[in-house]
Amino acid sequence: MMIVLIALIVLMILGAIVALESRDLLSAIISLGIIGFALTIIFLVLSAPDLAIVQIIIETLTLIILIAAVLKTTRADTSETVNARVVMLWISGIIFMGLFLLSAVRAFQSLPEFGALGLRMAQAYLDGFRQTGASNLVTAVILDFRGYDTLGEATVLFTSVAGVVTVLRKAGRKD
Amino acid sequence: MGMTAIVKRIAMLMTPATCLLGVYIILHGHVTPGGGFAGGILVAGSLILLVLAFGISSVKQEINQNNAKIALSLGLILFWSVAFMGLFHGSFFQNYLKSHSASHFLSGGNIAFYDIAIGIGVSAALFTIFISFLIAKKESSTGS
Repeated sequence: MMIVLIALIVLMILGAIVALESRDLLSAIISLGIIGFALTIIFLVLSAPDLAIVQIIIETLTLIILIAAVLKTTRADTSETVNARVVMLWISGIIFMGLFLLSAVRAFQSLPEFGALGLRMAQAYLDGFRQTGASNLVTAVILDFRGYDTLGEATVLFTSVAGVVTVLRKAGRKD
Repeated sequence: MGMTAIVKRIAMLMTPATCLLGVYIILHGHVTPGGGFAGGILVAGSLILLVLAFGISSVKQEINQNNAKIALSLGLILFWSVAFMGLFHGSFFQNYLKSHSASHFLSGGNIAFYDIAIGIGVSAALFTIFISFLIAKKESSTGS
């Protein structure tokens, strides 16, 4: 299982590099799709089907919208980097990589051994079932233990839809 | 308007199955993986598939933007009212229907109703965003 995970992560990194370096925007978007779908398989391998369902549908919808946008506009990446800024980009990139490695080492040292979470999670599932009665603990956490979070999330969704409709539609405008 | 006959036929075959799977995932959110968000996105995806295959004008009579907006508000109001009903049994968000038998529709108590509310809200929200993009494009292309 570890080998599958490592292979998928390497594939995702390659996809990200191709998406960054490609001059053709359509192939860049397809490499973005590789990242998303590999992430879906990783969720399935790590037995998180909840996330996999949402990820695969959102990824497909986003890809369709992005491809439609590219086909309607332009396919060539026309952005040019000014020469003087390249040095700054390298310096900030190296500083960021160093900070990222430092904090990643600190974070991974505090994690438990891979696969050692099994018994702890089983106990959490039993406790959650006793307290809520729902056998799917993820839903129990989202809708019972953290109900206020979900209420806020639904409100944010409502507000964003209201914003999109207000910006896009001509029906209610004054002029 | 719309795509070729092959795409229309496949969309006609796929839409009921996708929609049914979404409703199943919403209703069984507290028993099997999934829940209101995943199922709601599936339902919205089936409707979006229908719109993509047949074109905006042919499905406008049945599922237009106003209905989607009403469904979105209804989902949020349902969520609030189920949460408010908890006030009569103790506190806000009180789970007053819970039973301790697994794999039963009411085994999670209120969670099933929260799931239904979230499912209605999420599917209506995604569909409203998609259809307002389409309508905005149509309005801008016709001028005025």
